[in-house]
Amino acid sequence: MSALIALSGAQKYFGAYHALRDIDLEIGEGEFFSLLGPSGCGKTTLLRAIAGFEALDGGSVHIDGHDMAGVPANRRPTNMVFQSYAIFPHLSVAENVAFGLRKRGLDAKTQAEKVGGALEMVGLGGYGARAAHALSGGQRQRVALARALVLEPKVLLLDEPLSALDRKMREQMQGELRRLQRHVGITFILVTHDQEEALIMSDRIAVMFDGGITQIDSPEGLYRRPASREVGAFIGQMNFLSGQVRSGSEGFVAQIHGLGHAPLAADQSAEPLVAGQATFGMRPESLSLVFDGQARAASEAAGRVADRAYYGDMTYYEVALDGVAEPVTLSMKNMVGQPVLSVGDAARVAWDPRALIVFSGAGDA
Amino acid sequence: MAGVRGQGHGLRVYAVLYLVFLYAPIVLLPIFAFNDSTIIAFPLSGFTTQWFVELADVPALHSAVLTSLKIAVITALISTLLGICAARAATRYRFPAKAGIMGVIMVPLVLPEIIVAVSLLVVFLQIGLELSSLTVILGHVLICTPFCIAILNGSFQSLDVSLEEAAVDLGESGWGAFRLVILPLVMPGIVASLLIAFTISMDEFIIAFFLSGSDPTLPVYLWGQLRFPQRLPVVMALGTILVVASILIIILAEWFRRRGVAKRGGSDSGGFL
Ligand SMILES: Nc1ncnc2c1ncn2[C@@H]1O[C@H](COP(=O)(O)OP(=O)(O)OP(=O)(O)O)[C@@H](O)[C@H]1O
Ligand SMILES: [Mg+2]
Repeated sequence: MSALIALSGAQKYFGAYHALRDIDLEIGEGEFFSLLGPSGCGKTTLLRAIAGFEALDGGSVHIDGHDMAGVPANRRPTNMVFQSYAIFPHLSVAENVAFGLRKRGLDAKTQAEKVGGALEMVGLGGYGARAAHALSGGQRQRVALARALVLEPKVLLLDEPLSALDRKMREQMQGELRRLQRHVGITFILVTHDQEEALIMSDRIAVMFDGGITQIDSPEGLYRRPASREVGAFIGQMNFLSGQVRSGSEGFVAQIHGLGHAPLAADQSAEPLVAGQATFGMRPESLSLVFDGQARAASEAAGRVADRAYYGDMTYYEVALDGVAEPVTLSMKNMVGQPVLSVGDAARVAWDPRALIVFSGAGDA
Repeated sequence: MAGVRGQGHGLRVYAVLYLVFLYAPIVLLPIFAFNDSTIIAFPLSGFTTQWFVELADVPALHSAVLTSLKIAVITALISTLLGICAARAATRYRFPAKAGIMGVIMVPLVLPEIIVAVSLLVVFLQIGLELSSLTVILGHVLICTPFCIAILNGSFQSLDVSLEEAAVDLGESGWGAFRLVILPLVMPGIVASLLIAFTISMDEFIIAFFLSGSDPTLPVYLWGQLRFPQRLPVVMALGTILVVASILIIILAEWFRRRGVAKRGGSDSGGFL
């Protein structure tokens, strides 16, 4: 894969504050790439460094093979959709979309066609003459998209474009944005702090904490094989259980407080397995209840329901395993004919050893 | 509660007295401007527009009006330009001692004008600058600029910084972004600033009195006329015209400012009215 965008060793300081720590990143052509992380981790700073609004204090940004050092934002093949959308309030919708085209030396007819086409593409056909300040949030967002896409940039940068929308609108736009990206084939880099949004929309995701990238992977890869406890906890839900890794005659074995033991495969840990104290990660859906009358599962433990949240299609249980203080969370699909347990009921918990993730160190979980 | 209500009542009385005190003399102006007598006293003797007619054939008055207009226009332009630079710097850039510097710029707003006038007179005499319309303009720019900054600061501050970045991102140069996006959006503020500075300069007396040379401004000319009691009703007539014009200009300035706020769909904050 020849990377369309390549950052290597990128550093950024705001005074003494280290905002970007040694960022290495390669993003391919036509990729939908997300930067995901908690508030203040440096996502916007990284996006602005690619756009040309922040000068790096070290390392480099290459776009399409060209070093971007010293290239100002108005000469980079990138366009940005700002978090506030930055729609020019004194111009009409069409004038907003045409803003970047004026420098292209197009004749009036071609320009009008392009503007019309771009508005059509984002579902705002016929809105050209509207005053921009009279639009709704979702409409502004579409105008911002059209205004950037009409220039056919190599890369479209989106800084939390959906965070200002209400939930319903956001879910609708997630789908639309994804379809739009497939349709135009332009590389999208999306900044978000919403893990669900990143999972739904992206081809690949970079997870950032404290100015550094912790892991870059596909949504499935991130969810199934988080490289650290931080990533595991940030993306989806994860139980952390303490125990030991033992080396036996047939390879490594996990010994987990409250659950029991199970063999481990090498790919269940981001780092090479070693014997010693360890923290084990497990998703709620990898644990399940075994109901009365069902056969004993291969790996089964006993406990008691400490809390319960009923969602209609699913029930989330907090189960206190025998001998373990911290309860584990498990999720059950509510099948017809299966009971929903109540708080205080005894529970048999089956678990899938292949779903275990090993994190080195005992931790405090 | 009674205490609070009593307090509110006291404030209301105070406000009414204050307004009477402030505006009663101004109300007297048009009354005597239309009074058919050279003596400024009650009872009124009859209605006349004679004093307004007399205004038309006083050449010295006309030249004073022209001098004042010239000074006011140039003052408005210069102080608004300075105001734009300062407001933009204050909202857009970070620099050391920013608060201190902005404070110093705003000080003429609170300095007694007579102090400003005398200090400027001393300075101009020291550097050998002859008193003329130019020296009045310099003095007026000094006292108008803080007003312009106050108005323009509001306009610049209500702008989203990413508007300018978006323009640059779409291919504009820094100047292009300023001209095509920032300037149109702050234009109502600029117009309001021009009008306010114009009005202040037009009405200003103390600085003009100290710093104008052989060409008096209108207020200075009026002051000179007060020595001739029989000319008093004419002065009243002229004063009436000036008050009406000032009020119109201030209303116009505020209207421009509000229209600007409405046009951007923003909420109102700041402004003088
Ligand atoms: N111009 C600046 N001057 C000083 N510090 C800054 C500047 N811009 C950002 N920072 C700091 O850098 C850190 C990263 O900021 P950034 O905006 O990149 O975070 P983010 O990941 O986008 O967060 P959010 O999700 O809240 O938008 C923050 O701690 C922020 O305070
Ligand atoms: Mg951000």
